[in-house]
Order: sequence, then C-alpha cells, then structure tokens
Amino acid sequence: MCLGLPMIVVELRPGDVALAEYEGVRKEVSVALLAGDVAVGDFVLVHVGFALSKIDPERARETLALLAEIAGLEAR
Amino acid sequence: MILVDEFRDRDVALRIARVIGAEARPERSYAFMEFCGGHTHAIFRYAIEDLLPANIRMVHGPGCPVCVLPIGRIDAAIALAGQPGVTLCTYGDVLRVPGSHRRSLLKAKAEGADIRVVYSPMDAVKLAQASPDRQVVFLAVGFETTTPPTAVVVLEAERLGLANFSVFCNHVLTPPAIAAILDSPEAQGGALRLDGIIGPAHVSAVTGSRAFARFPRDYGQPVVITGFEPLDVLQAILMLVRQANAGRGEIENQFTRGVTEDGNRHAQGLMARVFESRETFAWRGLGQLPASGIRLRPEFAAWDAERRFSLPEPEAEPPTACRCGAILRGLARPADCRLFGTGCTPDNPIGACMVSSEGACAAEWAYGRARHRGKETA
Repeated sequence: MCLGLPMIVVELRPGDVALAEYEGVRKEVSVALLAGDVAVGDFVLVHVGFALSKIDPERARETLALLAEIAGLEAR
Repeated sequence: MILVDEFRDRDVALRIARVIGAEARPERSYAFMEFCGGHTHAIFRYAIEDLLPANIRMVHGPGCPVCVLPIGRIDAAIALAGQPGVTLCTYGDVLRVPGSHRRSLLKAKAEGADIRVVYSPMDAVKLAQASPDRQVVFLAVGFETTTPPTAVVVLEAERLGLANFSVFCNHVLTPPAIAAILDSPEAQGGALRLDGIIGPAHVSAVTGSRAFARFPRDYGQPVVITGFEPLDVLQAILMLVRQANAGRGEIENQFTRGVTEDGNRHAQGLMARVFESRETFAWRGLGQLPASGIRLRPEFAAWDAERRFSLPEPEAEPPTACRCGAILRGLARPADCRLFGTGCTPDNPIGACMVSSEGACAAEWAYGRARHRGKETA
C-alpha cells in the first residue's frame, strides 16, 4: 500500500484517467491530483492507483551524476 | 526501467558505502532514524546496515500506518464489517492487523463478513456503484500519500450522489509523529539519541519538504528527504554524516526528482477541503497524539462511516509481551522482543510490526534472519 512506483504515462483518457506503464505492465491510474499538468511521456509517482506527483528525469540524471562523482566514477 | 534500476547499482552502492566509512569519524557514533516504513523495508531488503561502518546505526521509526493503527480502530472495523448489508473494502496490508483477542479482519472475513481487498479507493467507489443494495465502506489508512486519493473519492461520491458509499477514516499525519518521537521522555532524557532523520520522499511529494523544516529549526535535527532505492538511502546517510560532522542541522532534499519545497498544492487543497484535524488520535506504540489524525469535515457527513454507523468504544489495550510500542519509538529492535519469530510471525502476527511488509519486525523476519545466522556462525 505504501510502496509507490514511478510509471510512464502512455495515454491520456477521459475523466482524469491515464494509462501508465511500469516494466511492461500497463494500468489505468487517476491523474486527478495533478490538476491537468500531465502529458504522454511524463513520469509519475503512483500510489494506490493515483499519480501523486511528476518525477523529473532530468533531476534524476543529476542525482545519478552526483552519485557517480561521490563514488569516484565517471558519470554514465 | 529508468528511475529505478540505476538507483540499485551494486558497484556504485559499494563505493558510496566506502565514502561513508571514510567520512564517519571513528571517535563518535551516529544514530539516524528512518521514519518511513518504506525506508525500513529498503534498509533490510538491501542489507544497507551491513554496508555501513559499525558506528552508524539505523533506528527504525513509526512510519508504517498499518503498524500504528490502534487495536480499537481494528475492533471498530471488524464490528462495522459484521453489520448487515455492509461490504468493507480496504488495502490488503490491513487484513491481518491484530485487534483485541487476536481477532483480525481476515478472521472476520473467514467467518463470513463481506470484506474485500482493493488496490485503489476508486475500486471501492466502483463497487458501490455496481452494488446499490450494499453499504460499501472504505477503511482508509495511511499518511499523506494515501490521503489525497481518499479526498478524491469522497468528492467523487459527492459528485455522483452515491448514497451507499462511506469512508472510515484513519488517516494520520507524519510531522506530529516525528515531533512525538523527538519530544518523548526517552529522546529528551538521552535514552534515545538521534543524530539525524531520513525523511519520507513520497509524503514530501505531497506536503513539500517545507513540512519538515521545523525539525532542524526547533530541534536542531538534520533531516534529509530521501528516495526509496538503495542508492538514495546511502546518499542520504552520507548527507546526514556530513551534516553531523559539520554540526549543521538543516533540511536537505536528496529526492529532487520528485520533491519540491512546496509539494503538490492541488493535492493539499483537496485534503484541506475534505478533511479537518482531530483533536487527538491514538497511535499504537505512541499513545494519544494531539492533532495527528484527520476526519471528514461535517459537510461530508453523509460519506463519513463514523457518523453513519454506530461503532464500539475502544477497549483498553491488554498487557502483552509484544514490544511493538518500544520498537515503533526506536527504543527496541525486533530481535529484542521475545515473541519475535516464536509466537509472532508474519503468518500469525501478534504485533502490528509483524504484519505489514513495511513493519520493522516483518522486514527483519524476511531479510534479517539469515544475516544474523550468518554472523553467529562466522
């Protein structure tokens, strides 16, 4: 119940609903909490069938680059 | 999958752990509390404590909403499910939580009560629409992550004029629980020393990191808002070590990919519209905490199960050898409880910490036992 997953939006449907995918599994999720600020290709954080927020892949890459730097590796 | 696998890279994890080991000062120790059960689960699952130097200890906090649900609310839910015409829907984790006399919703279901597991509260609304002859009650639990979805379904029930749907609200708030830990006699008296807090990423995606700013400000406690993958947790531990070494107490955000200072304002607005604060709410292990729980506002009384059904008064909690209370307050570890793994297992839990996969005892049972065995024979 508490485990949230980052899913990618593959289709917007009527009634604040989107089809979202995680590792090949597609599921309808509510995007009512995003107030219309969602598009196909967005990453969203899904809890109990609701997208709670968007996940910013650019920021994710920045974090990964920082982790690689701390680890003494070249950013991948 | 982008955003998941990259944050589980073993090589990077081992290297970050070495950096933590190099920066942690040997002359002192560090105790960091992960508040959220999701972090507890990740720490056990990825054996993160085994990667850390011996002077860094993770203290498991009370952030598992299933674990902190008090016996009285479970008893009320069982009574509700036993009323004629009622179909009770809830999340799967809740079914095995023990009420009084070792009763649970799962046992009530086996005895014939109409209890359904739903993935989403929207499923409960759909069930109510499809079963007009049943009173469908959604037993709502969880912190600020599951609360906005409950707000949405209450508004949806209002929009649909759905007369056979209601919510038994048990939502609780994260910041009051953290404050209760920091205000506890044990923390004030030094029995529980904390050098920093791993803050919950997904709760903060809703509330914003701002909701946790009072802990550095009022208690001098470093807080790092942290994601749930192993590299997230390791990076956060490094950030906390650095704060502790520098004598800083600041709020930092490790989960920049999903958390902002403001959070999801729209979701906050929906929560404020549907819910109001309770004067007090009982937490298993922590007792009554002021302004820590919420209920439906009076204008949504038609969808509030507590107003629509008469529910039993909670019984006093019986004395037991179960140490969930101390475990939830960071004062004991699962292995300190003599019921752990003997009388109390995930198949037959006595304490709530053994029920949810985010509970400290269940995580220790699933991932920790082999580790400890290995150490004993090593």
